[in-house]
Amino acid sequence: MLAVLFENFLKRKVLAVQEFTHLLAGSFERAFSPPHYVIDTLVQMDIIGFGSLPIVLLTGFFTGAVLALQTYRTLSTFGEVGLLGEVVALSIVRELGPVLTALMVAGRNSSGIASEIGSMLVSEQVDAMRALGTDPLRKLVLPRLFATLLTLPLLTILSDFFGMMGGYLVSSSTVRLSGEEYWVRAYQALTIQDVTQGMLKPFFFGVTIAAVGCYFGLHTTGGTAGVGRSTTQSVVAASVAILVLDFFITKFLIAIRFF
Amino acid sequence: MALSLSPTPGPARSHEPAIEVSHVGISFEDKLVLLDVSFQVGRGETLVLLGVTGSGKSVLLKLLLGLLKPDSGRILIEGQDLVPLSENELSLVRRRMGIVFQEGALFDSLSVYENVAYRLREERERDEEKIECRVREVLRFVELEDAIDKMPAELSGGMRRRVSVARAIISNPLIMFYDSPTAGLDPVTAHAINVLIAKLRDTQGVSSIVVTHRLQDAFVLSNYVFSPEKQGLVAARTDGRSGRIDPTRFLVLRDGKVYFHGTREEFVLAQDTYLRKFLI
Ligand SMILES: Nc1ncnc2c1ncn2[C@@H]1O[C@H](COP(=O)(O)OP(=O)(O)O)[C@@H](O)[C@H]1O
Ligand SMILES: [Mg+2]
Repeated sequence: MLAVLFENFLKRKVLAVQEFTHLLAGSFERAFSPPHYVIDTLVQMDIIGFGSLPIVLLTGFFTGAVLALQTYRTLSTFGEVGLLGEVVALSIVRELGPVLTALMVAGRNSSGIASEIGSMLVSEQVDAMRALGTDPLRKLVLPRLFATLLTLPLLTILSDFFGMMGGYLVSSSTVRLSGEEYWVRAYQALTIQDVTQGMLKPFFFGVTIAAVGCYFGLHTTGGTAGVGRSTTQSVVAASVAILVLDFFITKFLIAIRFF
Repeated sequence: MALSLSPTPGPARSHEPAIEVSHVGISFEDKLVLLDVSFQVGRGETLVLLGVTGSGKSVLLKLLLGLLKPDSGRILIEGQDLVPLSENELSLVRRRMGIVFQEGALFDSLSVYENVAYRLREERERDEEKIECRVREVLRFVELEDAIDKMPAELSGGMRRRVSVARAIISNPLIMFYDSPTAGLDPVTAHAINVLIAKLRDTQGVSSIVVTHRLQDAFVLSNYVFSPEKQGLVAARTDGRSGRIDPTRFLVLRDGKVYFHGTREEFVLAQDTYLRKFLI
């Protein structure tokens, strides 16, 4: 009995992965041929990119601030408070900036995408769209993929900057480190590899956020109650996927001796 | 696609039926929905599709539009088999068809104008004057020109369905599908929708399939014709002199098969106990 249940569960998961891959491949294939829905893409960039700005900046700022507070306590036991700028900059640019930005955007937009597409699906708007000659992958999925892909790296840069600002405010107010000491250390510590890996991750995370949202939206079943379900599932799946992906990208970069 | 400003009646180009379905079956996971369904709809004919909830009426309409692929069988639209077609090829065939979904399925984020103009924009029509002219024309046809700037959320159920009809007919389809177009509407509004279906049939020569739970709607469609002079329905002459043969057929789906397919007389006079349940 339990074995059968487990087998069914596994089958469903394998099928889901297969369908998800199918969605990604289908979108990729369509990305290089017309028609492109440019206006829809711009609208999505506004919703996803500009709309996420406040939460992303706030998250970045307070992450940098609390990081400086915690690191100061550790560093002061070694008498190396001068390293504060370096530690904050490295942690933010390599890991915390990209990952926390992606998590915040996933919480806001994977759910938004899943619920919007899900309600269109259950109210037969997706069928109506197809009946009127539109390919939903082009009209609904690709604009969201493009928009997230393009805006998440920008959001990450801003978030990184606000994180370092947060660190700076803490270090200058609590630790009484001079601005020069903080920023020069931070700047010198960052190598091109750090910046590259920090800027590479958002592209993968961006695709994940949009694709997971679209996948759960397009696989909504069970009417309006189902929309709520796919919304929740999309946030959970996207967040987990981001963390897992982060680990593997980092591992991969280490394996190829990128740094 | 060329944009004609006044809709032309669909010419009977050949003797092929508008729709031909043969031995179609489809199942979802382990659930058999349609087992073996075959029927034809002639040009200009109206098929009234009946069946209990869950009998696969909506699924059948989606199959006819190529939105779903059958597991077996053939679906011919004006002689062309849909089953082997790719999504791109299907969108060409779909230009000749229109569908009105149960709740209208209007795009929530677009105004009535943009909803109705949707197909023209998809067909890359750029001339905004042409678009507006055509949109107004079809909205006038469904008597909703005033609502042109409204959003779908501001419309009543009946208005939503009329806008949905306008959106579907903007490209002069020769085949129309209506999925429970009068469900949940008051009798007056339901009548307005019936008038619209008859108007399309009698002025444009559109073939149609109408899913309905209200048999009185079906009888209205079969007993009355649209009169352009009166702008309303008049009793169809049945004395034979008018030369009008009632183009309405009835089809009942049961357990994934065609349980009954015939004319109104055959349907009304049938002694079958299952069919009688639809008549009471
Ligand atoms: N996309 C789908 N996936 C799984 N089952 C479906 C799907 N579409 C329809 N069904 C099932 O097919 C059956 C027929 O549905 P439908 O055609 O909507 O019935 P109705 O005759 O009331 O319109 C229902 O049992 C429904 O659950
Ligand atoms: Mg139905």
